[in-house]
Amino acid sequence: MRGNFSTITKMFSASVVAAGLLMSAPARAADDTIKVGILHSLSGTMAISETTLKDAMLMLIDEQNAKGGLLGKKLEAVVVDPASNWPLFAEKARELISKDKVAAVFGCWTSVSRKSVLPVFSELDNILFYPVQYEGEESERNVFYTGAAPNQQAIPAVDYLMGEDGGSVKRWVLEGTDYVYPRTTNKILEAYLKSKGVAAEDIMVNYTPFGFSDWQTEVSAIKKFGSAGKKTAVVSTVNGDANVPFYKELGNQGIKAEDIPVMAFSVGEEELAGLDTAPLVGHLAAWNYFESVDTPENKKFIANWHKFIKNNKRTTNDPMEAHYIGFNMWVKAVEKAGTTDPDKVIDAMIGVSVPNLTGGYATMMPNHHITKPVLIGEIQANGQFETVSRTPGLVMGDEWSDYLPDSKDLISDWRKPLSCGNFNVATGKCGGKGTN
Amino acid sequence: MFRTIGLMLLFLLATLSSSGASEADLRGIVAKFATAKGFSETGAVVHELAATGDPLVERPLAALADGNLYIRKTDSLVVIGKETGETIQLFEPLSNEASGEAAKDDITKIKVNNTLRRVIRDALGTLTLGAKDPAVRIAAADTMFKTPDAANIEPLDTAIASETVASVKALLEQARAASVLVSDRPEADRLAAIALIGARGDRNAVSLLTSVEANASGAVKDAATAAIANINSTLALWDAGQNIWYGISLGSVLLLAAIGLAITFGVMGVINMAHGEMVMLGAYTTFVVQQVIRTSFPGLFDWSLVIALPLAFLVAALVGLAIERGVIRFLYGRPLETLLATWGVSLILQQAVRSIFGPTNQEVGNPSWMSGSFDVGQLAITWNRLWILVFALTVFGVLLYVMKRTPWGLQMRAVTANRRMAASMGIRTPWVDALTFALGSGIAGIAGVALSQIDNVSPNLGRGYIIDSFMVVVFGGVGNLWGTLVGAFSLGIVNKFLEPYAGAVLGKIVVLVLIILFIQKRPRGLFALKGRAVEA
Repeated sequence: MRGNFSTITKMFSASVVAAGLLMSAPARAADDTIKVGILHSLSGTMAISETTLKDAMLMLIDEQNAKGGLLGKKLEAVVVDPASNWPLFAEKARELISKDKVAAVFGCWTSVSRKSVLPVFSELDNILFYPVQYEGEESERNVFYTGAAPNQQAIPAVDYLMGEDGGSVKRWVLEGTDYVYPRTTNKILEAYLKSKGVAAEDIMVNYTPFGFSDWQTEVSAIKKFGSAGKKTAVVSTVNGDANVPFYKELGNQGIKAEDIPVMAFSVGEEELAGLDTAPLVGHLAAWNYFESVDTPENKKFIANWHKFIKNNKRTTNDPMEAHYIGFNMWVKAVEKAGTTDPDKVIDAMIGVSVPNLTGGYATMMPNHHITKPVLIGEIQANGQFETVSRTPGLVMGDEWSDYLPDSKDLISDWRKPLSCGNFNVATGKCGGKGTN
Repeated sequence: MFRTIGLMLLFLLATLSSSGASEADLRGIVAKFATAKGFSETGAVVHELAATGDPLVERPLAALADGNLYIRKTDSLVVIGKETGETIQLFEPLSNEASGEAAKDDITKIKVNNTLRRVIRDALGTLTLGAKDPAVRIAAADTMFKTPDAANIEPLDTAIASETVASVKALLEQARAASVLVSDRPEADRLAAIALIGARGDRNAVSLLTSVEANASGAVKDAATAAIANINSTLALWDAGQNIWYGISLGSVLLLAAIGLAITFGVMGVINMAHGEMVMLGAYTTFVVQQVIRTSFPGLFDWSLVIALPLAFLVAALVGLAIERGVIRFLYGRPLETLLATWGVSLILQQAVRSIFGPTNQEVGNPSWMSGSFDVGQLAITWNRLWILVFALTVFGVLLYVMKRTPWGLQMRAVTANRRMAASMGIRTPWVDALTFALGSGIAGIAGVALSQIDNVSPNLGRGYIIDSFMVVVFGGVGNLWGTLVGAFSLGIVNKFLEPYAGAVLGKIVVLVLIILFIQKRPRGLFALKGRAVEA
């Protein structure tokens, strides 16, 4: 969902990385292994988020091999570096599938990188596990979305703020970075808020560029908007890199969480690692996993992670849990199908259920999205989140939002005989159009 | 909702219990935290404690708000915990007596959320009205102003009568006025209250008056409307002042980022794409310095930036020197190759830092003198921005002095103006080149120290500044330091005036278009260098 590029950056990083890869081509493996592709940026702007996911995948594969591998074979990770460069994502995906013959790929972070690899995956018929919360409005046969759809993050977060525990918020600032994920999410949220009776003048939407660092005007505008005698909250879809200066400015201008709480969808434990969180205590984030969740599964996962990465201070985060779930689901589906053939695995995936790290189960639904609990956490002085609210049950990912006029009639169901990612229930035809 | 229940509880308890509850009673109430389930029950206990009016309850309540109140698992004892390394030191909440220590797993934290924190803050407000420290009384008055309550009038009256500091007294009177507005006092009292709050003239006053306006009728409503209109017209003026300040502040950041480039690109003519990475190296030096201070000399933390400055200069200057000697000196007069080569260097530096420090953001703390803000009228000025402005101007002044008043500066200018003539006068031009480039890089390094205070310290730090830096130097006029100064501040101010109307994205585009148009008219920027130098 995040990302940033300039033509020159692309040109240069592509050539540099290509040169690097020529020198270190992956060692040819014997045929008795099953290959798993890892498609995460290890250099460029997105390395900050994606490198961790690559390491998490390597750990999961190691653990599976220690358990005896899969179908009697060892798993082998094939790591490539698409260098935060969207067209290179497609090239690398093609390389993984055609040249390395991987059985499945785990990867991508930004929506634009996912969109750029979609045609490759449907053409070569392979599987992509996408681990990041995203804007929805998509369902592909070859993609399994293990991150949250808007209804598994944004809508419950807003519900929490509207409720008594969240402070009965009446006025809303939707602050986001200017690209597809915040724009779509805010469009859904605006429609949702209006359906809940919030007046248009009580909603302020503002966008800032990527990597924005001078937040003075925006923060004082929030202050001004918040002084209308109604409880105000900020819903932030601000992208990772711009968050640190944003929160620093909030702290310096003295906006306290008790007065104007900020609910973030892109700020996790990793982003807080670069911040002194003492002035930010009480600001919120909505995710499906927090490192602080106290379950035996999570404790074990964190201990393994620290051991694997050889650093006790490294945090875990939501997309890592998504990979954990996705990987275990894939293992289970392969065992169920008795083969790694993507076609058969895709059919076997639906209905597979594995434990998540927060003490429940995640089930793959026919729309290729999974069930998740939604957690609301408050930032603590130690850089962790403390869960203050949790949905009573699991929430099913809804890929086509019910709050957008273009997509409210669409559903997706990849089970036979329907096998359609955008079935229009109003017209009864497959091939309706979403907003994207 | 919370507040009304709380209020009822408060009244009920105030009438039932005499004000001086014994410590044993208080202890009994504190013990209820152990059995309270969920935020609303914890909130009820907070109200019960607050209703005793005993100053002793301040400690457990403050600890609860800070997340330091725990329940010991073995005997459900409510304790205050202070973290000391691996174990947690326990204290009795009321008497503050030490009661042993515990491992993290043996105690459970009592959870609080924002709503609860607000309830505690309100409760503490009334309790701390009589505190010795004026700052605490000011905070209490402020809280009570923001959360007006008819029940506050009486304690405020007592506090006003005994208050000796005039400024605190004024705040207390405003808090009382706010409370009068939500009470059922006669109209004359409420009109007087509106006048008092109207005189306060800030956003909190508008916020309060807006809610009064919505709920009142008749003369009170009219008075509130008039007061709001009055405040808003004053605030509009302050808004303009605020934009100028924000512009100056953005300008100082641009100046800092660009000033090193004004030397390497402006004076030497090297298109240095690795300039942003010098800034990044400076920021990482600050991080390393702070790490060493945190682990070995925690007392020196407030000095960390001062210590980091010369080191950052040195690190960046040495790397700059190496780049000049290793790459750039072979490429003088070939701008396209220089651009490509320095771009490559920038990628290498980024990836090197990523491999050494990891791809994630590093935490660089603000020393106490750079945190928080102060008010000038209705303008909140943050300390870090103010210091960065002072710092940017100092760096500019020093650099100007070096260029204009020292022999080295003279040689630098001589080489730029006419390389061959300078060489025949006995100046070792290669060394002047190398040192000039090192100076520009070093200055980028110290800019990194300052920028680490307001931005991410990540390998991508430099990316964000390179375009802006070139923009400032080109707009100001290549080769002229004053041009860089004026360019940075005018771009900053124009940007900040556009932002509230056009938004940050469009604002930036408009600024870019304006610069392109300006460059069409004056290709050499604001302050073009005159004389033969331009032809060279």
